[in-house]
Amino acid sequence: MNAKSETPDSIPEAAYTPAIKIFGVGGAGVALLDTLNAVEFAGAGFVAIDTDAAPLATSSATVKIHLETKLLRGLGTGGDPERGRALAEEQFSTLKSACDGANVVLIIAGLGGGAGSGISPVLARAAKETGVLVLAFVTLPFACEGNRRQQQAQQGLEQLKSVADGVICLPNQKTFKLIDDNTSVLDTFRITGGLLVEGVRGVWRLLTRPGLIQIHFDDLCALVRDRHSESAFAFVEASGPARSREAVEKLLAHPLLDEGRALADTDAVLVSLMGGKDLTMADVNRVMEQIGRYCERAQIIMGAAVDTEMKGRLSVTLIAGRNAAARTETPADSPESSVSPETAPRSGIRQTSPSSSLSLEQREHLTARHAARGRRAGNKLLQTQLPLAIISKGRFDKSEPTIHKGEDLDIPTYVRRGISLN
Amino acid sequence: MFDDSNIIVGLEIGTSKVCAVVGEQAADGALNIIGLGQARSRGVRKGEIVDPKQAEEDVRNAVVEAESMAGAEISNVYLGVTGGHIRGFNNRGVHPVVSADREISDDDVQDVIKNAKAINLPAENNVVHAIRQHFFVDGQDGITNPVGMLGSRLEVDVHVVHGSTNRLQNAIRLVKGFQIQVNEIVFNGLAASLALLSNEQKELGALVIDIGGGTTDYVVYVGGVIKHTGVLAIGGDHVSNDLAYGLKVPLSRAEKLKLEHGSAVVDEAALGRAVTFTNELGLPIKTINVGHLQRIMSLRLEEIFQLIAQDLEQAGLCDYLRAGVFLTGGGARVPHIAKLAEPVLQMPVSIGQTNSISGLKSALDQPEFAAAIGLVRFGSFKNRKRDGKSSLAQGIKGAISSLLRRS
Repeated sequence: MNAKSETPDSIPEAAYTPAIKIFGVGGAGVALLDTLNAVEFAGAGFVAIDTDAAPLATSSATVKIHLETKLLRGLGTGGDPERGRALAEEQFSTLKSACDGANVVLIIAGLGGGAGSGISPVLARAAKETGVLVLAFVTLPFACEGNRRQQQAQQGLEQLKSVADGVICLPNQKTFKLIDDNTSVLDTFRITGGLLVEGVRGVWRLLTRPGLIQIHFDDLCALVRDRHSESAFAFVEASGPARSREAVEKLLAHPLLDEGRALADTDAVLVSLMGGKDLTMADVNRVMEQIGRYCERAQIIMGAAVDTEMKGRLSVTLIAGRNAAARTETPADSPESSVSPETAPRSGIRQTSPSSSLSLEQREHLTARHAARGRRAGNKLLQTQLPLAIISKGRFDKSEPTIHKGEDLDIPTYVRRGISLN
Repeated sequence: MFDDSNIIVGLEIGTSKVCAVVGEQAADGALNIIGLGQARSRGVRKGEIVDPKQAEEDVRNAVVEAESMAGAEISNVYLGVTGGHIRGFNNRGVHPVVSADREISDDDVQDVIKNAKAINLPAENNVVHAIRQHFFVDGQDGITNPVGMLGSRLEVDVHVVHGSTNRLQNAIRLVKGFQIQVNEIVFNGLAASLALLSNEQKELGALVIDIGGGTTDYVVYVGGVIKHTGVLAIGGDHVSNDLAYGLKVPLSRAEKLKLEHGSAVVDEAALGRAVTFTNELGLPIKTINVGHLQRIMSLRLEEIFQLIAQDLEQAGLCDYLRAGVFLTGGGARVPHIAKLAEPVLQMPVSIGQTNSISGLKSALDQPEFAAAIGLVRFGSFKNRKRDGKSSLAQGIKGAISSLLRRS
């Protein structure tokens, strides 16, 4: 199953191209798998897994696994992840055998429903047991889809994170930045799907195309392994003479990177550039310089590859990993510092309660930031602290908040930056 | 009858103070500041009025003081406005030159400016300024007056400053309540830049940052014209608030501490130094660390400059500012602020000095009054323009009046 792609003769073949299997799980996963199943991914194994027969029937995947028992009466899981999980556990050996022969397993799923949230963690575990690298690309439901789905999705995500090597998660809510009032539902899903597919494509290229500056397969493993907390991911493409600048701009505006903020919090970044034969060193340098400026503390792994089809274009794949455990503990013992040293994952308990005058999204953003800043010591097993320190905005409590790029500037700078005074 | 047409008044309703400056314009256009009134402002947050009652009282006090000092009645003012709602952007207008000989006429120029000013703004927004930049004739850049030139396509860039109509009206209505006419509203940042910059500096390219109590306004000049404006709703109030929060002292105390011990860069000598304040009986209440105070302050101020630097970088203007950065407003009083700003903005930074205005030395030297003085400056420009335009009408009027006088 080795992925040999159409590479120009002048460029040495990659020493080692891993065998890749792409799994689409659940309704969303299977649908996305179909959009992926194109020429570009020649050489990959496509496996569709669902509890519902209908989408599987139309799927173009090479292997289809229909998880079904009498219990479900052919109606799928009915949105209950427990049923999905039970079913997957039942067919554990089938899943395991499906993963055989691969070095890398990519799982694509939409979390929140029964199949996606229930089956994918089990599938990831099955894959792990066969000793392959598991990368999951998942979407989280829109906020308007309701609490229950959100909770299920969060649960699924946590489970997935605890078993998979890397989880790249796209909250659909973030795509609201990309759409306007007139975007249809269909288009919106196409956009979210597109983002995810781009991600898969980026990793695919990273793994299969030979590199001039090679990113070894191990590098990717090292980057995503044990960095469960949050891997941010972005894939952009630009063309024309100003492509390097355009690519950087797109990258920094990418919704998955929170407009570049995600970069500031990472401790390891993998950047893979791919261009035509006209890819210049200046291009590479410009992109890397800009990225480097955003993540000064991070270890940067860089790769560059040439593909004759990419003439005049430049694509940049960026994976930013955060190693929750490797962070050095900085004492945050100042009583003024409201950022507690304990950790809370994005979904966890709020450490600080931003003013209620903020919109939900802004609030979420703030807490996410604070969580990111405060996340120093821990992994998710650590007991979290109750949100006791409340940042008062004092004089500006009742005035309109000054929001700049999602940051509430009324909160003292040193608090937002997590600087301790002592 | 007392003719007050040469009296120009600038009124700034700021977050920390309300300030009215009375200027007198001599026949040759030279400005002389003859009166200044100020009052502590209590009804304004982040540059916008939040308590009209309080603000009204403060404005009254300031105006009365200015009137008595200048010995003149204030009947109309140039009103300074600011606030986080104010935005600036550049717009370009295009006009084809249709005359047979391709000579650009006055009408063409008027038309192209009109085109450039036709801007799609949200319904609730209003244009504060539309400032002309350079003309382009057939793509040729940097033309200041195209009348008489030949060309087929005339373009002009304007810099548009706009803000929310309702919020702008709040201040205007308040002033009109005193039976004082508002000649025009002026963006505070623009006013400050008029007070500080010489023509040469505008030509070289300069950035003026007015760090006020509630907002930080900034204006960029490149090649003699305004290229960029911006407002950050952060100012000295935020510094005080940060201190109150970080040092756990009341806001008024934080304000005092800021004035007494504040510094934009952390002083080596201040590290670990403690200040104890006592109550009226002389008993110590609280001890604060001056190092912490300066650190909190430094971070906040640094952030302001960082945000401005980011904005300029995005606008691609950083390389054009050869005259450097000029700081003004109350924030410019913070010790070592230029030293803090220089590495962030990567440009020479200095404290701005009001120039080519004579009069009250005490007022001119203080950075807080730069915007208000600039408002007077703005008024004088307007006056001069009006005079120039109506010279014919005035000539006729003068002839008639002299006839009348003779008879």
